[in-house]
Amino acid sequence: MASETAQGSFWMPPEASTFAGDVDALFDFIYWLNVFFFVAITGAVVYFAIKYRRKSDDQLATSQVGHNTLIEAAWTFIPLLIVIAIFVWGFRVFLNQSVAPDGAYEVKVTAKAYLWQYTYPNGAVTGELFVPEDTPVKLVMSSEDLLHSFFVPDFRVKSDVVPGRYTTVWFEAPDPGEHVVFCTEYCGAGHSGMMSKVIVLPKDEFQERLEKDFIDGDIPPAEMGAKLYTSAGCSACHSINGTRLVGPSWKGLFGTERKFADGSTAKVDENYLRESILQPMNKVVEGYPPSMPSYQGQLKDVQIDALIAYIKTLK
Amino acid sequence: MATTETLDHAQEVSYLGAKKGIMSWLVTIDHKRIGVMYLASVLATFTLGGILALLVRAELWAPNITTEAGEAVGALFSADVYNRLFTLHGLVMVFLFIIPSVPAAFGNFVLPLMIGAKDVAFPRLNLASYYVYVIGTVMALYATIAGGVDTGWTFYTPYSASVSGPVVMMVMAAFVLGFSSIFTGLNFIVTIHKMRAPGMTWQRLPLFLWAIYATSIIQVMATPVLGITLCLLAMERAMGVGIFDPALGGDPVLFQHFFWFYSHPAVYIMILPGMGIMSELVTVHARKTIFGYRAIALSSIAIAVISFLVWGHHMFVSGQSVYAGMIFSFLTFLVAIPSAIKVLNWVATLYGGSIQLNAPMLWAMSFLILFTIGGLTGIFLGTLATDVHLHDTYFVVAHFHYVMVGGTVVAFFGALHHWWPKMFGRMYNEFWANISAVLFFIGFNVTFFPQFIMGSQGMPRRYYNYVEEFEVFHKISTSGTWLIGLSFIIMAVYLIQSLRKGEKVSANPWGARSLEWATQSPPIEHNFHEIPTVTEGPYDFPKAGGKKAH
Amino acid sequence: MSSIVKHHVAHHFYDGHQESSSAKLGMWLFLVTEVLLFSGLFVAYTVIKTLNPEMWAEASKTLDVTLGTVNTIVLITSSFTVALAVRAAQTNKNGEKNKQIVGLLVFTIACAAAFMVVKYFEYSHKFHVGTLPGPFYSYEGLEGANPHLFYGVYFLMTGLHGIHVLIGMGVLTWITIRAAKGHFYEDYYTPVELGGLYWHLVDLIWIYLFPLLYLV
Repeated sequence: MASETAQGSFWMPPEASTFAGDVDALFDFIYWLNVFFFVAITGAVVYFAIKYRRKSDDQLATSQVGHNTLIEAAWTFIPLLIVIAIFVWGFRVFLNQSVAPDGAYEVKVTAKAYLWQYTYPNGAVTGELFVPEDTPVKLVMSSEDLLHSFFVPDFRVKSDVVPGRYTTVWFEAPDPGEHVVFCTEYCGAGHSGMMSKVIVLPKDEFQERLEKDFIDGDIPPAEMGAKLYTSAGCSACHSINGTRLVGPSWKGLFGTERKFADGSTAKVDENYLRESILQPMNKVVEGYPPSMPSYQGQLKDVQIDALIAYIKTLK
Repeated sequence: MATTETLDHAQEVSYLGAKKGIMSWLVTIDHKRIGVMYLASVLATFTLGGILALLVRAELWAPNITTEAGEAVGALFSADVYNRLFTLHGLVMVFLFIIPSVPAAFGNFVLPLMIGAKDVAFPRLNLASYYVYVIGTVMALYATIAGGVDTGWTFYTPYSASVSGPVVMMVMAAFVLGFSSIFTGLNFIVTIHKMRAPGMTWQRLPLFLWAIYATSIIQVMATPVLGITLCLLAMERAMGVGIFDPALGGDPVLFQHFFWFYSHPAVYIMILPGMGIMSELVTVHARKTIFGYRAIALSSIAIAVISFLVWGHHMFVSGQSVYAGMIFSFLTFLVAIPSAIKVLNWVATLYGGSIQLNAPMLWAMSFLILFTIGGLTGIFLGTLATDVHLHDTYFVVAHFHYVMVGGTVVAFFGALHHWWPKMFGRMYNEFWANISAVLFFIGFNVTFFPQFIMGSQGMPRRYYNYVEEFEVFHKISTSGTWLIGLSFIIMAVYLIQSLRKGEKVSANPWGARSLEWATQSPPIEHNFHEIPTVTEGPYDFPKAGGKKAH
Repeated sequence: MSSIVKHHVAHHFYDGHQESSSAKLGMWLFLVTEVLLFSGLFVAYTVIKTLNPEMWAEASKTLDVTLGTVNTIVLITSSFTVALAVRAAQTNKNGEKNKQIVGLLVFTIACAAAFMVVKYFEYSHKFHVGTLPGPFYSYEGLEGANPHLFYGVYFLMTGLHGIHVLIGMGVLTWITIRAAKGHFYEDYYTPVELGGLYWHLVDLIWIYLFPLLYLV
């Protein structure tokens, strides 16, 4: 199993963090222990069932042994020793998983139904987590509404994200690549769509993109909006092909007439879109849940303009 | 068998025919009739929970994707409906089926018979517990019809405190059902302490009753904490008290501590009775004395005690301290040992036996295999480092289904086939019973084994939709549920047929040694003509070639 | 009123001793569930207090210690009289103590009622000034953050306790009526004893609530 780690094995996804190998080694140990005990117990059950099968109605048992102190002591204490060993091993790896090294690169993670936002030390905000390779990264996470949980299978890291307090995870990714982020604490209708990505970049490319892409608007607005659509997390709830997700689709949205939960109507124009991004609860479209979070203070004006420009292109 | 009853007694009017009419059932205080009413009720709720499971799995048959033509495919239900389905599946199976299943149906029926008593200590309380159960069930069904809840059966705050829907009604239903559980547990503890026939010492108590006794202790000690937790949640929703709301100065994780302080012991409320059944099945159908009586009896009590100290292992990734995680992980491993001892004892019991491969024994062997998988995979989850990866994935889903279904539900159906002739005085079709048991075993593994693999590959639980790489596992899993469904349809047919036309049985068709087989099948209204005096243990089977061994 | 009505042992018991000892064990188990029910609230109390220590100390001062003390004395007295009632039932041979049992029980119920009246005045004062849980909180005399939490816990604990007092009054009334008919005597006094046990528990819980809420 350990040899196929680059692509992942039958049981485990690829190992993409420095401690993934440690976790998998322990997993493999418990796995083979399981196989051993399972084969032994099932083998004994099947063997006894065949060997001592009742062949005539009045057949009695050939043994009535009721206990055996030696055997019973053995199968109390041997498993006990094994599980204590596993406990110690598991705790040591867990300590390493839990305690981030000093000086780790810190990213603030904000979860809300149903998106992830990553805030970097320089103030940039993204919807996909960009991290440099070969660098310990510590995520300081909190939620704005419900419980969520941050899970990157390829890194073997997971932690609940709780409103009103901070939780942390850390990892170090040795190679560039993309890894999926799942929400693993049930949070309602959009739970299974609350995905994101960790994108591990070479160090210099990471610096460059952090400065450029997420701060400056050097690119055409509609193109920047298209990027923001995924990176700011809009795609979790709004499709661009007409599919109904948690929120209304953006396809052909601009210029249409909307009906709201309170019965009023409005035409979809720039002002309506801006309001919906910043104060989404003011006008909730009829038939949809009032679950959109506000982007007040998280998107700059130029980014909101870019998103509006992008929505206009979706005919 | 130590009783004055003789087996060639002319068949007398049984408890089934002692009184006539629907009212005689509705106001009965006969533990046997209450047991039968519970049995019918839990079979009904099991059917409901099973249909919900089939619907949940049907939705997961294929991922919901949008084709290039802009067409959405793969979705059977909306996310809202799906979330209600899995929540209800959990609530129905846990609160309406598994918790009352073995204790309230079989415990009620056989407990007084097994200890040579005429009834439980508090027959009216027993009937009250049934009606409280019915009221709780009606409330839960009402909440379902009135929109359903989508909080998950765990009711985690803050989601459960803020989401719309009849959550308060559902929470109060669980609260009411808790009372039913407490009444039953309290009744059984007192009955076992005070109502045993002369000579029925604690060392002669059938192991099923040791398990029921341990279960009852947990029911009495843990359920009130669930009660107050649910009250607090209801207050939170109804009045915004703020105890669980960080915005109001409360603690959002406190609910999880409260909830698991009940719900982890509740896991043992669910599995201990199943373990008790196993001790009966492997002895009677192998004509073999139990191996390690004392170890099995005491391990039940050990489990009951330690079960109160391990709730934090549900919260390794909730943000609790590393130190708390360490303690809970260690205690979790300790609670695994008594379960392991039991499994090994049952396997050893089969050694040298006269094993009849009938339906009860097939269910018992299924238990041994499936529960072993369930227990062993628990090691991954009790271990801190691996739990971080596996927590809240399908690996956990598979694990607890192997324990709860592969353990308790399998034992429940083993018990149903074991005590069916005693309860109704008739045999079922043994050929179809074996087919059904084997079909279930296959279907169960097809359903749940792939979930281990997709879970460790990273598939999170409670997902309405999933990434395409998991599709093949989901397809296999969903097809397994149809086999399980088929096995239960077969079972329903032959059991109903047995009630009407099954061959009549003698008092003791299996040749068992415990007291419930010492009275006729089905038993008379007051169980025994005179209270028996017990002179032997419940598993003192004769040995081939002569004398009994002790 | 000075005669007794003989008790018949239920059909599934061998004798009266088995019956009464079963009932007593059942009652003790029930009391365990009651303690655990309240223990959940005590845990909530501890957690919320630890999270907001200053607010807690300040809010606690708004409670009227005098009224709390009066209620404590009232309940302890009632616990004493119910114990005397049990004693009277145990020594009641031919109904000569029926009146004494009834008198003691009536006094106990009166104490319970007095407790509830005091509680009513305390509650209505809080409704008046707005020291209430959650969104109903409108009092302006407290500085700390989230003082409504204290009153949330206060009302939950005293409210649940108050419900138990009311149930206790109902149970004791039922026992009083039966005692007046002469149902309890030296060979059969289980309901009086169990009712007394329940009442002691209600009293005991208050003895914890009083210092935790009023004096801390």
